[in-house]
Amino acid sequence: MSNERTITLRVNGREERGRFPAHRTLLEALREIGHMEVKCGCEKGDCGACAVLVDGMAVDSCLTLAWTAEGAEITTVRGLGDLESLHPVQQAFADGGAAQCGYCIPGIVIAAKAIIDEHPEPTEDDVRLGLSGNLCRCTGYTKVFEAVSEAAAVIRAGRSGQ
Amino acid sequence: MYAPFELEMPGDLAGALDALAAGRDSKTVPIAGGTNLIVDMRAKRERPDRVVALGEVGELRGMDFGAERISIGGRTTVTDLLRSPEVAEAAPSLIESARLFAGLMVRNTATVAGNIACGSPAADLVPPLLSLDADVTLASAAGTRTVPLDEYFLGYKRDVRRPDELITRISWPRLPVPSVNTFYKLARRKGDAITVTGVALTLCAAGGTCTKARIALGAVAPIVLRARQAEALLEGRALTPALIDRAAAAAAAASSPIDDVRASAGYRLHTVEVLTRRLVSRAWDRFDRQGDQGTAASAAVPAHEVTAQRRAGSDGRSA
Repeated sequence: MSNERTITLRVNGREERGRFPAHRTLLEALREIGHMEVKCGCEKGDCGACAVLVDGMAVDSCLTLAWTAEGAEITTVRGLGDLESLHPVQQAFADGGAAQCGYCIPGIVIAAKAIIDEHPEPTEDDVRLGLSGNLCRCTGYTKVFEAVSEAAAVIRAGRSGQ
Repeated sequence: MYAPFELEMPGDLAGALDALAAGRDSKTVPIAGGTNLIVDMRAKRERPDRVVALGEVGELRGMDFGAERISIGGRTTVTDLLRSPEVAEAAPSLIESARLFAGLMVRNTATVAGNIACGSPAADLVPPLLSLDADVTLASAAGTRTVPLDEYFLGYKRDVRRPDELITRISWPRLPVPSVNTFYKLARRKGDAITVTGVALTLCAAGGTCTKARIALGAVAPIVLRARQAEALLEGRALTPALIDRAAAAAAAASSPIDDVRASAGYRLHTVEVLTRRLVSRAWDRFDRQGDQGTAASAAVPAHEVTAQRRAGSDGRSA
């Protein structure tokens, strides 16, 4: 078995190819092919800065081997929305000023999306436990919690309005 | 960055076991969620030559809820546990543990088998499973065997699993009615925190006496262990505060904690005693209220409500 091969990663709906050794993590692979929006923090599953969605589940990309993500639908924070059309979670973070230095935010937004997908009407407990794997060393959690609840409300209103 | 390795991704259990058997002469390790192994490789505590990824091995998934026993696949994730109402009913302690397990992303990938196989005394799913009298099924290309979880650990991060074996299933008997099954994790925070002291309890009662007691202690000895003397003190008796005090002291006596960055050995000894006393007292009170006729505690009070009530009290810190 060769220790390096070309794989196809489906990132934010687009197929992208890269040649990686077996020990390359998804975090490293994503950044190598240009997805610098995925941040490298602790590299041991504590901080959540590297979180991406893999088939809708939030995972730490630093603890995922790139080869094992082939064939999966990978979503980074950029895949949720861009400056022209922000995702409700992104919009709520912007409106609420829920970022200080911002480094942890790509991972927090991904985790927030996953929390709201699972709990459309999240309790404060749901939000806090859901974000327990995301560290903000500026310690700006209060506005983050508020933004997640606000985003969930906006998403619910959008659904009921349709 | 960690050292390179070969990676195999077998599509079924036979393929995974063959890959592990073929790797006997080299350092070959399985990877499921990766939340331990990748961290250990990065810290250079693990330097495998070959890694066998279990993501495509369907036989390791799935949960069976039989009339007598519950059986879950080794690759069941912590999130799978949390999403299962059947697990909430059959193993309230496991759900209480799963809720406060690491963070969301780790819960989504970390597996039950991985938490057992890592051998850490602070592995939070182990005390609940020990309190449920769980068995572990190990498979290799040469065959399958089942060992009680109680006999699985040999010492600090040492276990009976051979390198060519996988934990394929974990199973435990259904709780009798009435019974209480609960877990308390004492840690610096609710989330993303390694346990300082963990206590899991199963208590069953009939006719005003305690018919069965299981007390499993986490993070207070080289392995997760049962407080057998404490259990023996309770079984066959009507519980009184004095008896519960003696059992709590016996649980502390069974512990052999160390000082580390999270807490001192003395604090751990103290909290083992306090938490054991508290959990047993509350469980026994519940039997009193239900007059022995009650349903299993899991059905009477959902595990998450128990945790929420407990959090609302002052107890986490006063211990």
